Amino acid sequence: MDVNKNSYTFMFAAIMVIVVAALLSFAATTLKPYQDENERLEKMQSILSSIKVEVSREEAAELYPEYIVQELVVSNHEEKPGIEAFNVDLTKEVRKSNIEREAPLYIAEKEGQRFFVIPIRGTGLWGPIWGYISLQEDVSTLYGAVFDHQGETPGLGAEIATAAFETQFEGKEILDDSGNLIGIDVRKGDASTQYQVDGISGGTITSEGVEAMILDCLESYIPFLKDYAATYSTAGSEL
Amino acid sequence: MAEEVLEKEAVEQEAKVTTKTREPLFSKRNRKLISDPFDDDNPITVQVLGICSALAITVKLYPAVVMAISVMFVLAAGNVIVSLMRNFIPNRIRIIVQLVVVAALVVLVDQVLKAFVYDVSKELSVFVGLIITNCIIMGRLEAFALGNKPWRSFLDGIGNAFGYGIILIIVAFFRELLGSGTLFGLQIIPDSWYIVNGGFYSNNGFMLLPPMALITVGIIIWVQRSRNTKLIEE
Repeated sequence: MDVNKNSYTFMFAAIMVIVVAALLSFAATTLKPYQDENERLEKMQSILSSIKVEVSREEAAELYPEYIVQELVVSNHEEKPGIEAFNVDLTKEVRKSNIEREAPLYIAEKEGQRFFVIPIRGTGLWGPIWGYISLQEDVSTLYGAVFDHQGETPGLGAEIATAAFETQFEGKEILDDSGNLIGIDVRKGDASTQYQVDGISGGTITSEGVEAMILDCLESYIPFLKDYAATYSTAGSEL
Repeated sequence: MAEEVLEKEAVEQEAKVTTKTREPLFSKRNRKLISDPFDDDNPITVQVLGICSALAITVKLYPAVVMAISVMFVLAAGNVIVSLMRNFIPNRIRIIVQLVVVAALVVLVDQVLKAFVYDVSKELSVFVGLIITNCIIMGRLEAFALGNKPWRSFLDGIGNAFGYGIILIIVAFFRELLGSGTLFGLQIIPDSWYIVNGGFYSNNGFMLLPPMALITVGIIIWVQRSRNTKLIEE
């Protein structure tokens, strides 16, 4: 058999492509339910982690309803009913303008305190980055933050997903004294005020991505959250 | 009686012939496939393959180890598969065939990990792209697996991945220790040594940047060649 004939080459290429495609699509479809379940649990785990409840992925499903008391979707600074907040595809939403977005919001209660958990999504150097930040009731103080990424370089950009970077955000403010949103300034070296954190050496673009992502995603929420917090606190004082 | 002896002799002769043609699994020649890539034929320092990933992921030890293990798996399996197919691959599309084998293998492994060991897959997914484009893989498939039997190709894959991994780990050891003061994420350099705590030491931020990986690899090549004069080119 002459393996260098044109007809053989075509046959070989065709068969190889079909075999490989069949193999990979079979693997992808049979494994999909397991992968989706893993992602769902991880999302619950990250949301809990942003309010400093550290659980394993297996425990997340169990503990999630204990802490997350309400899930809602904010659009045009109002609650938009009829949408499952947990299933909102943030990848699509962040492409829309801040007003048009259907932005999911999770309201958590822990030790008698109320927190707003906000999912955020943006771009790093090599691909998407995302995370969850939790705000205290004053709508300005960050309680916790978790970040994750798809393809940032280990040791450089990927350091945003480490505790050393994430814990810096705790207690920082996102609103200035007059209540305007300024976000968090991720900077080089001299982070000193309550609006600043240290960036990652060698991960400048990813660090800037974190800064941009926080500011961009928070804009959809702030007016709504202020109203929400105000009604909640007056309702609370009436009781 | 004489016939029996003759028959016995013939059987023995035959056995001798077959053992002669069948090479033992770990013959000297085969063992060299594993040991050579450590020094004389190291993929990074001598063959100059796989430099790109050596620069990219050696900031910390842990990812370097993970990368070394994943490359070992992909290289060994890819070598065996290509070696099994070597008589059927049309010469003109052999590079594409190799690429498809490696890419399919890597994607398959990634999918399985994502379904059953999610945490490991999160760690590895960063490397998937790097493994497919890693020149060691294509280099060994092209240079070795296309012309050798599956077992020898398997050994060659393991050997080269070891040789690659050892360099990766050496580079990552120095970069993480001097750049972050840690090893595998654990603090090694005492806190009291740091200037901020009144000491004399400060982490060398330059070690975290890719150029320093290149310089570290350069130093390793220098040390290796000064010890092993065989490698010095005229």
